[in-house]
Amino acid sequence: MVEEEGFRRYIAHIILWIGIAIVAFPVYIAFVASTQDNALIANGQMSLLPGGHFFEVYYQTIFVGTSGSTREPVGNMMLNSLVMALLIAVGKIAISIISAYAIVYFRFPFRMPIFWIIFVTLMLPVEVRIYPTYKIVADLHMLDSYAGLSLPLIASATATLLFRQFFMTVPDELLEASRIDGAGPLRFFWDTLLPLSRTNMAALFVILFILGWNQYLWPLLITTRDDMQTIQVGIRKMITTTDALTEWPIVMATAVLAMLPPVFVVVAMQKLFVRGLVETEK
Amino acid sequence: MANVTLRNVRKTYPGGFEAIKGVNVDVGDGQFCVLVGPSGCGKSTLLRMVAGLETVTGGEIDIGGRIVNQIEPADRDIAMVFQNYALYPHMSVFNNMAYGLRNRGMKEAEVKSRVDEAARVLELTSMLERKPRQLSGGQRQRVAMGRAIVRQPKVFLFDEPLSNLDAKLRIAMRVEIRKLQRRLNTTSIYVTHDQLEAMTLADVLVVMNGGQVEQVGNPLAIYEKPATTFVASFIGAPPMNLMSTRPEEIRSQLAGSGAADAGILGIRPEDFVITDQTPADGVVLPLTVEAIERVGAETFVYGTRAQDEQRIAANPGELPPGEVIVRIPGSEAPPIGEKIRVAAMRQKLHLFSGDGRTRIEA
Repeated sequence: MVEEEGFRRYIAHIILWIGIAIVAFPVYIAFVASTQDNALIANGQMSLLPGGHFFEVYYQTIFVGTSGSTREPVGNMMLNSLVMALLIAVGKIAISIISAYAIVYFRFPFRMPIFWIIFVTLMLPVEVRIYPTYKIVADLHMLDSYAGLSLPLIASATATLLFRQFFMTVPDELLEASRIDGAGPLRFFWDTLLPLSRTNMAALFVILFILGWNQYLWPLLITTRDDMQTIQVGIRKMITTTDALTEWPIVMATAVLAMLPPVFVVVAMQKLFVRGLVETEK
Repeated sequence: MANVTLRNVRKTYPGGFEAIKGVNVDVGDGQFCVLVGPSGCGKSTLLRMVAGLETVTGGEIDIGGRIVNQIEPADRDIAMVFQNYALYPHMSVFNNMAYGLRNRGMKEAEVKSRVDEAARVLELTSMLERKPRQLSGGQRQRVAMGRAIVRQPKVFLFDEPLSNLDAKLRIAMRVEIRKLQRRLNTTSIYVTHDQLEAMTLADVLVVMNGGQVEQVGNPLAIYEKPATTFVASFIGAPPMNLMSTRPEEIRSQLAGSGAADAGILGIRPEDFVITDQTPADGVVLPLTVEAIERVGAETFVYGTRAQDEQRIAANPGELPPGEVIVRIPGSEAPPIGEKIRVAAMRQKLHLFSGDGRTRIEA
């Protein structure tokens, strides 16, 4: 950091504050809207200060839901989203760390072709293969289930590549020392490789959790029952109402609630996350 | 406690590269064997084959009377110290040393007593709870040693364990390793490219070049009677002066010694004296002083011979043709450009065949 003198430092701070304001203002408005009376918002007379309906609106949002479009309480949607995001994050990490381990540490026939096949799936996200994926999930009777929500999103080339790159930087001597110390492949994986990958796993968890939490298209397609709805799909459904007023305070409260888990994950894992991205602990 | 015997050991890589071309070495029980040679001579590969980290293409590796070619490293009863130590970064010093023992299902009390004992010997007791990254290079080196000795294996294998340390620490650790090995009396194989380490540590010195053993024996015996010009120039610093015997000037001086069929003459720098006299039995070379290096106890004189000559078969550390290094006491220093005469006694001469592969006893 370069220490700037007087005036220039104030300029820099002002610019930064403007940046923060631009980012934070919509969030603030969402929060304010979630504490107002719906009629007030509908009239276009919304105050810029929080209103007095905070407890009432959030209670209704979490435990009751809107009276119109989707009658599902948001608490349940959040649970669905949470389960899906956790399954995706944990599942992806588990699958990809194992596949990366196989690719880096074992010599087996067609090792490179297999690696390239995994690599190529980078170019095939769910949106591209949505029809066949839907067909498979439907045929397996996994519509409207947590398995259907998460399984198709678990196979991951990105995470496999990341772990592969990391494993390749682990010195070969560690493996050799383990072999001499009597550790077989599973022990080496469990006792040495996993602890060393801890920070990488944490960084990946943060990214994947947010990715899973923010899924929209896939849950929209395969969930038909209201009680399997995720929060991202729920918000959208709340806004489009056919013959009633959109309940904006509840929509905004849902948006604020939808933001909280990712923020919590980032804040809680920030230290590990940053270390995972910058540090190589070997 | 075990002998290690290598019988005609070969290693060919899948690409067809022949790294080890048939090596026979016998290391007696409790002996300290040093494999020395230039980079790429196959010494590390050979050590890794003994450890079981490389497969054996041909021949037999025998540890304590058991052919171990097909046996996993963990079951060979060996312990290895790696060049970069290869400590488990996420484990404490204690756990690093205990890991191999626990994997073998040893009781925790026994593990603790062995690790504590090793830590005491290596002066690591106060650091048992630290992580490797909190240790200095020398301390890490000692942990790596500790990990090897707690196992009480039949054989210690060292793969250039000192090359990551600074010069001073390297000498200290060299002495430590020797003392430790003497005390434990465990058969050891040690790989290094440093001929000084090799000379000081070895009971048995194995000089390797190009995947083959050039000479095996007691370090001093090798120094005094190198079997090939490669060994002659590799062991000893500065290296032995090698020159062709073809020029008339040298041929005439060697006449009548029964060594007239030798192609290469070798003389160690310290076997020369600067003199005006012609010794009764020996070789005299007229030199022009090109450079001198005064290092205190001794002075190295770099001179060129009057007559230039053809280069001898390429060897590491070989001098430019016609250049001769002479070691004289540190109190002397001839001025640069001066013409001097240096003489070496007949019994100090080393004679080799023209291709440098055979030593000829005068």
